[in-house]
Amino acid sequence: MDTYGLMRQFADSWMLLFLTLFFLGVIFWVFRPGSSKEQRDSANIIFRHEDSPAEDSSELNPKEVRE
Amino acid sequence: MWDYAKIAALGLLTLCAAIAANYARDAAYLVHAIIIMLAAGAAFVWSIRQIDEEKPAPEVATGYLDGVVRYGVIATTFWGVVGFLAGTYIAFQLAFPVLNFEWAQPYMNFGRLRPLHTSAVIFAFGGNALLATSFYVVQRTSAARLWGGNLAWFVFWGYNLFIVLAATGYLLGATQSKEYAEPEWYVDLWLTIVWVAYLMVFLGTILKRQEKHIYVANWFFLSFIVTVAMLHIVNNLSLPVSVFGAKSVQVFSGVQDAMTQWWYGHNAVGFFLTAGFLGMMYYFVPKQAERPVFSYKLSIIHFWALIFLYIWAGPHHLHYTALPDWASTLGMVFSIMLWMPSWGGMINGLMTLSGAWDKLRTDPIIRMMVVSVGFYGMSTFEGPMMSIKAVNSLSHYTDWTIGHVHSGALGWNGMITFGALYFLVPKLWKRERLYSMAAVNWHFWLATIGIVLYAASMWVTGIMEGLMWREVDANGFLVNSFADTVAAKFPMYVVRGLGGVMYLTGAIIMAANLYLTATRGEPKAETAAAAAPAE
Repeated sequence: MDTYGLMRQFADSWMLLFLTLFFLGVIFWVFRPGSSKEQRDSANIIFRHEDSPAEDSSELNPKEVRE
Repeated sequence: MWDYAKIAALGLLTLCAAIAANYARDAAYLVHAIIIMLAAGAAFVWSIRQIDEEKPAPEVATGYLDGVVRYGVIATTFWGVVGFLAGTYIAFQLAFPVLNFEWAQPYMNFGRLRPLHTSAVIFAFGGNALLATSFYVVQRTSAARLWGGNLAWFVFWGYNLFIVLAATGYLLGATQSKEYAEPEWYVDLWLTIVWVAYLMVFLGTILKRQEKHIYVANWFFLSFIVTVAMLHIVNNLSLPVSVFGAKSVQVFSGVQDAMTQWWYGHNAVGFFLTAGFLGMMYYFVPKQAERPVFSYKLSIIHFWALIFLYIWAGPHHLHYTALPDWASTLGMVFSIMLWMPSWGGMINGLMTLSGAWDKLRTDPIIRMMVVSVGFYGMSTFEGPMMSIKAVNSLSHYTDWTIGHVHSGALGWNGMITFGALYFLVPKLWKRERLYSMAAVNWHFWLATIGIVLYAASMWVTGIMEGLMWREVDANGFLVNSFADTVAAKFPMYVVRGLGGVMYLTGAIIMAANLYLTATRGEPKAETAAAAAPAE
């Protein structure tokens, strides 16, 4: 089979199946039990560390921190 | 050692650019070689002056790297005004062709200024906004300083050099005639280098994040960076005629070239102007509303559905062409399916305000963001509708398309960017608040009414000319000549131009307001929290 036919057949079958399953997997993962609590935490990321990075990384330069 | 290598490389680059300028085969290439020579030469001199100097202690080795965000904000504002000015001018050129001045031919005719306008608003205004906000957001949501030290600065200056090369190239007639991808081969190569650096900075910051989860805005930004890299490389495959000339020849030809172009073109809209700006929405709307996004579940599904569907929608630009029917049907079907993630995203953005709708009354910035998300919903409703073949047979090649693009660009991209700029400037320059809220209100109404004038006049004129083109008499002859439609469109072109004037005026008011905020705004009161906790 020519290259186009080969790739077209793959795209129309296995790749389509894979992408569909992947997408369904994402939806399942989003609604998996116990996800709500984690997502509430994630949604609030934007309200932390507004002015400076997390402390862990600033420990690399303790002098800066004390000022 | 690294400093010396850098100086040597810059000197070599300056020399090569000078040689290229000497051998240049056309005006655009000559000017570009000189621009590169001057830029590299300036960087060379600057680096030499820095060498072996006592380096000031790395002042902000810890905090966030915000200098580059500040520059990005300034560039966004500047290019925004330039791009809107160019757009307003070419709008009046269409209404009054005499504005294609004889003395300025061919440099300032409509054909050369139009790509200057589209690139200025999309890549210069939108691109700098995306650079600035993505650098701001990824640091805050990763709780980490930008990765790569000064690489972010290279991205900023490199990207703006790309813009200058693109803009001057159009005026001097260098174009590869691909919509949104007009810059010639060496400019494309330069952008590829800058873009890889951008990806490295962004990904590097995500990899060293202190938060366990990657916030959804970063997913959108990352998909925008990765996809644009892929689109850019494939659509710009071309062979230069000479290393000393701007002209290049496309590798693809015919319908394959057309399909590649609109696969690129539509995803430039889908990933540059949609995914990237959704990244902005998912950070700045919740921040300004002071409450987390309405549904985090919906945001994740929004993301995956959007990127899975958008990439297939390109063929709807090629209905009733040499493109096979199945391909254009596929494009149409995927465009219609895009309704769902687009509206899911819009609902998620709007509902973030649930319980805080009163802010709409008092806060013109949140009003701007809400109008922006509203226009996102409207234009993502209009787009799929126009992709339906029957509708497209009327709308294609008419000004309806132009109206659609601008309700998305002015309404969605413009307004969310203005909102983000108003949010960022007081934060970045450590000001208590914006210099003038009344000015924000003026900007809001000027921009909104400007968009309404623009979109409404383009709907009317687009549908009118579509109907005029297809009108046949009893014997099957076309009733109208093309020039008849041009004459009939005149009043709407004037209204459109006025809409542009209002939008531009609003942007100038914003620029003045942001400048005054940064220079004369009330400094933010030092709070105890500003000092880092002592372990």
